[in-house]
Amino acid sequence: MNAPARKLRVATTSLAGCFGCHMSFLDIDERILKLLELIEFDRSPLTDIKHCGPCDLGIIEGGVCNAENVHVLREFRANCKILVAIGACAVNGGLPAQRNHLDLRDILEEVYHTSPGLAPGSQIPNDPELPLPLDKVYPIHEVVKIDYFLPGCPPSGDAIWKFLTDLIAGRTPHLSHEMMHYD
Amino acid sequence: MSRMNEQQVFLIDGRDVPFAPGQTVMQAALDAGVYIPHLCFHPQFKPHGSCKLCTVKVNGRPATSCTLPVAAGMEIESETAELKDKRRMLLQMLFVEGNHFCPSCEKSGNCKLQALAYDLGMMSPHYDHFFPDRPVDATHPEILLDFNRCILCELCVRASGEVDRKNVFALSGRGITKHLIVNSESGRLGDTDMSTTDMAMSVCPVGVILKKRVGFAVPVGQRKYDTIPISEQFGDAPNAVLEQTR
Repeated sequence: MNAPARKLRVATTSLAGCFGCHMSFLDIDERILKLLELIEFDRSPLTDIKHCGPCDLGIIEGGVCNAENVHVLREFRANCKILVAIGACAVNGGLPAQRNHLDLRDILEEVYHTSPGLAPGSQIPNDPELPLPLDKVYPIHEVVKIDYFLPGCPPSGDAIWKFLTDLIAGRTPHLSHEMMHYD
Repeated sequence: MSRMNEQQVFLIDGRDVPFAPGQTVMQAALDAGVYIPHLCFHPQFKPHGSCKLCTVKVNGRPATSCTLPVAAGMEIESETAELKDKRRMLLQMLFVEGNHFCPSCEKSGNCKLQALAYDLGMMSPHYDHFFPDRPVDATHPEILLDFNRCILCELCVRASGEVDRKNVFALSGRGITKHLIVNSESGRLGDTDMSTTDMAMSVCPVGVILKKRVGFAVPVGQRKYDTIPISEQFGDAPNAVLEQTR
């Protein structure tokens, strides 16, 4: 693959995810050195940069479960030319979205207030530092426009490598049957 | 009358496909080894024509191949970009209408809905999700019902009625409220005579009817559709799925 004229800027984040997709990304192993000849990271857990600047590519893991997720996702959309949903949670809400048929208030009451074994006086947390949870967990394409989707829980390192190298080379990403899975 | 002995043919994507009188496009195609995607069709049952995945174009007009009788010289389009787009769209609608969380579903890897989505390159559900509330039924000692994944193909209804002669299942309601129900006074599976050897156990294309205590026994990589796409292994042997889960 020929190196682009300049390095592409790439930002990544995990919203309501488990960082498993980021871990799987690191499963590209030594190929990350090859990747770093072609890209440089902006905001990402790998750089600890807190806000996203103008980027060529944004990669989002996880769905949208609280107000902070919405702000981060919108920041990515505003700054990234291409936005990619990576993993089951970004694609359809995933495991966190399995709360969606329950009432949020009921869940919080049970977890923090009424379930057995809690410390006396336990209450639903209400610290202004904590982002407010949303009524449901939303797949990210239901909040902003998403350009590409890479399903999997998580997608394998090989699938991520194929996807990124296709995209960087200007091809429409294509996964083989064995790389394509939702679990 | 030598013409009588000549095998009659029709065309699927420009290829000659032989057929026997009275066959549908789907039956003739499968017999000839030509795969047409389908979910509610099963060779043992009267075709339903409801999932629409098998929609083809016959002489330019769309029709469900499972209900369409073949006529000699018929020209069928199936694997065209347009029809694949339409089929992918139908799958996306099925995915958002239920709760299809593949990572925590024990049918994952053996699921026809998922396998078709892989085959048709469905990278996202595209539409907004319904996230319906559909409680599970775990009242039967050996069988779990997870209605979250039901696509209303009615294969369990047909198998339980026509083969098992138990009429355990039925569909109730209309339109968006249509749902699978259990025919017992309590509405619970535990109060029926359903057994794990019933045909209704093995026909569910998705993960609704599950044998308990065998989930996730087959490791990832060795499941039915992990390495070979559904379009390359489409035999509908009645007990194939049951054997998988035993």
